[in-house]
Amino acid sequence: MEFGPFLLLALMEGLVTAAVLALTASGLSLVFGIMRVVNVAHGAFFMLGAVLAWFTAQWVPGPPAVAFAVALIVCPLIVGAIAALADTAILKRLNYEPEATIVATIGLLYILEQAALSLFGPDARPVPAPFNIRLQLPWFGYSGYKLAVVAAAIIVLLGVWLILKHTRAGLVMRATQIDRDTARAFGINVDRVYAGVFAMGAGLAAIAAVLIVPIQQAHYLMGGDPLLLSFIVVIIGGLGSLRGTLVAALLIGLSDGVISTFFAPTLAKIIATLVVALVLVFRPQGLFGTRTT
Amino acid sequence: MNGTRALALHLGVLALLLALHFLAPSYHHTNIARIMVLAIYAMGYNIAFGYTGLLSLGHALLFGAGLYGAGLLVYHADAHATLALIAGVLAGGALAFAVGLLALRTAGVAFMIVTLMFAQAGYLTILYFGSYTRGDEGIVIPRAARMLGSLDLSDDGTRYLVALTLFAIALLCNLALVRSPFGRVMVAMRENEERSRMLGYNPFTVKLAALTVSGLYSGLSGAAYGLMFGYVGAGLASVQYSILPMLYVLLGGAGTVLGPFLGALLMFYLIDYASSVTDAHQFVTGAALVLLVLFAPKGILGTIRARAGARGAEWLP
Amino acid sequence: MAAVILLQAHGLTRHFDGLKAVDGVDFVLKEGEIHALIGPNGAGKTTFVSLLSGRIPAQSGTIHLKGRDITKLPAHKRVKAGIAYTFQITQVYAALTVFDNVALAVQSRGAHPIRAAAMAALERVGLETRAGQIAGTLSYGHQRVLEIAMGLALKPTLLILDEPTQGLAQGEIATFKEIVRAVVPETTVLLIEHNMDVVMDLATRITVLNFGTILATGTPEEIRANRAVQAAYLGEPC
Ligand SMILES: Nc1ncnc2c1ncn2[C@@H]1O[C@H](COP(=O)(O)OP(=O)(O)OP(=O)(O)O)[C@@H](O)[C@H]1O
Ligand SMILES: [Mg+2]
Repeated sequence: MEFGPFLLLALMEGLVTAAVLALTASGLSLVFGIMRVVNVAHGAFFMLGAVLAWFTAQWVPGPPAVAFAVALIVCPLIVGAIAALADTAILKRLNYEPEATIVATIGLLYILEQAALSLFGPDARPVPAPFNIRLQLPWFGYSGYKLAVVAAAIIVLLGVWLILKHTRAGLVMRATQIDRDTARAFGINVDRVYAGVFAMGAGLAAIAAVLIVPIQQAHYLMGGDPLLLSFIVVIIGGLGSLRGTLVAALLIGLSDGVISTFFAPTLAKIIATLVVALVLVFRPQGLFGTRTT
Repeated sequence: MNGTRALALHLGVLALLLALHFLAPSYHHTNIARIMVLAIYAMGYNIAFGYTGLLSLGHALLFGAGLYGAGLLVYHADAHATLALIAGVLAGGALAFAVGLLALRTAGVAFMIVTLMFAQAGYLTILYFGSYTRGDEGIVIPRAARMLGSLDLSDDGTRYLVALTLFAIALLCNLALVRSPFGRVMVAMRENEERSRMLGYNPFTVKLAALTVSGLYSGLSGAAYGLMFGYVGAGLASVQYSILPMLYVLLGGAGTVLGPFLGALLMFYLIDYASSVTDAHQFVTGAALVLLVLFAPKGILGTIRARAGARGAEWLP
Repeated sequence: MAAVILLQAHGLTRHFDGLKAVDGVDFVLKEGEIHALIGPNGAGKTTFVSLLSGRIPAQSGTIHLKGRDITKLPAHKRVKAGIAYTFQITQVYAALTVFDNVALAVQSRGAHPIRAAAMAALERVGLETRAGQIAGTLSYGHQRVLEIAMGLALKPTLLILDEPTQGLAQGEIATFKEIVRAVVPETTVLLIEHNMDVVMDLATRITVLNFGTILATGTPEEIRANRAVQAAYLGEPC
């Protein structure tokens, strides 16, 4: 293939990565932004979404599209419910004290991965795509499903944005974000808001996983990379800033697609992790945020 | 009056471990040698986290520095194991110092993520240079290279005694450190950084020094681990190995000298037991972390010390 | 006596999001004096002394200690240079023993042996019998005294006390006054205080701060007679 089409292919792959990453990372960002919780188990929620999608595909009869549609609705709900439970049973009792919370979510990560290993097994398993359309471009064919993933991610993110900006639930979340105690004084049930936000964050990761699993296969250790990449995106975008997260996801996703096509992926990851560390050290407000202090 | 009790208790533990050398069956003999080496790592972690309040998620980088610092030297450069051990200690300390220079500009959650990222970069670097490190598969260090002077580290009995010696040195140094004036300053930094600053202490240098000592311990442990058990692999520098000492310290009691060893001992056998009855041993680790932060954040010895009031600190510094 | 200037601030300024907490303050401390800083709540007293001690960086202006420019010096180096600060909100190490609290101050100035110096510092404020007690279990009054003991244990040339008598009983206030009288003139004292009896009793000079600027400076008599001060401060019951 010539360079131009090659780059186009890399960019398209990058766009898919970016879309899924934007979904996953916005979940992490939402939780951090509103609850100030760094959720290390976020990748495990992602993995859980994928694994549950595989189970759904086994149990729901009929064409793959039906099972997929069921998975897209049911898996995020189940994952969200587990997250809400974890929030109420663990994080709330820790009073969201930052360091204890991180340790607890590390524990949660181990528990969820073990659960997946025990119930799902150590193998990677494929989930059929809901449809198989190939778009024939002049230089190469491209999976129509992958483009649908991009579209779906955009729709979900728009939905999140609408909820946050234009619904009562979003208003309540933002009020809680600004000042937990004042929100409580105004009769907002902060516990419910937190459980809801934590569930929503995990649910977003699960949606991303259900979307990606026909491309990537489900595996009990698949949460590591999305977690790391989400961290990178959230930090570069500015902790807790949803807009920054989206911009960074696009940037990282696209460059990841391009870089890993041309360079060794390990080297790319080394550079990315170092960049993130340095951003946190020298520009804690992120590359796109403005300093508030 | 003060100090003798604690010293007696710690020497007693060492004497007990020496007695176990003659009494313990072979299987436990090997286990305890391993636990003592890992306890050195946990002690190092405790100096940063338990005493100075630096919650790092990246200590595997420092353990790995010792592991690979020593391992690569004997494997590729035919270095003497004694030299390699020293090199491993220094590698841990130097890397801790370098990471500290950057990471200590942050605090709290940001510090945790920065250390995590540095450790991840280190782990990936090991994989990237797979032609030297053999990546995940790792290096098996030949028996001939595992001679500490005339001591053959592949011999079970010798290995136990060398492990005990290193552990004893580490433990007694740790005891001396936390009871020294500098130990007091480390704790002061953990308890109230602003206050300490207004007493004339530079938080950055105090933390950097503590982190460097922590790195020396981690490096020693990593180097000893590689040389004693003859294996150096990337898995030992992965994020799991950053969580491990945290788990040991939380269980045994953060900010106590004996806590890391007690935590390592109990956790090792708990996981060992869990692995024998089910294959879900990761569950034990996860549940232990969650239960500890929820119900016993001070760990075993920390709780005992708090219950014992003023007398507690005399026994368990 | 021919007063030697210990500390001089010029045009010292610190704003918080537009709020002028300290606004272009010129200020002179003479060696060996007990200088009281008074003013209504929120006048900027704590912020002002925090600028002197380096706890908060100044946005503009300069500070000289014995002629040396310390404006850019970080807080811990100012402590080494002789400026000690005791917090308005008690900040002892609650989890450590009383002894360890003072020992931290003592060893910071490199005193030897630490034990003897720390015990001496505790004796000075009458806490020596409580050396082994966990500081957090002390009564509030004793914690305030411990806070002062930590400041004294640094053997500073300038001791800044931020509302040290707040919450103390009458008897404790009397002891406090004796302690302060005993440290001058080796140590110069800058005292933020709401209790006017203490101020009038101890202070050789008084500065009145209001809305981040200096309203008046003078002897206790001059301040008592000052109309503007009366209007802004002394007139109100406090
Ligand atoms: N860190 C800060 N951020 C924002 N505003 C602050 C900060 N510190 C102080 N302020 C504000 O600056 C003003 C001066 O505060 P400061 O504490 O210096 O007053 P004060 O004279 O010590 O009062 P008090 O007698 O109550 O102790 C107040 O309005 C206060 O709310
Ligand atoms: Mg004040």
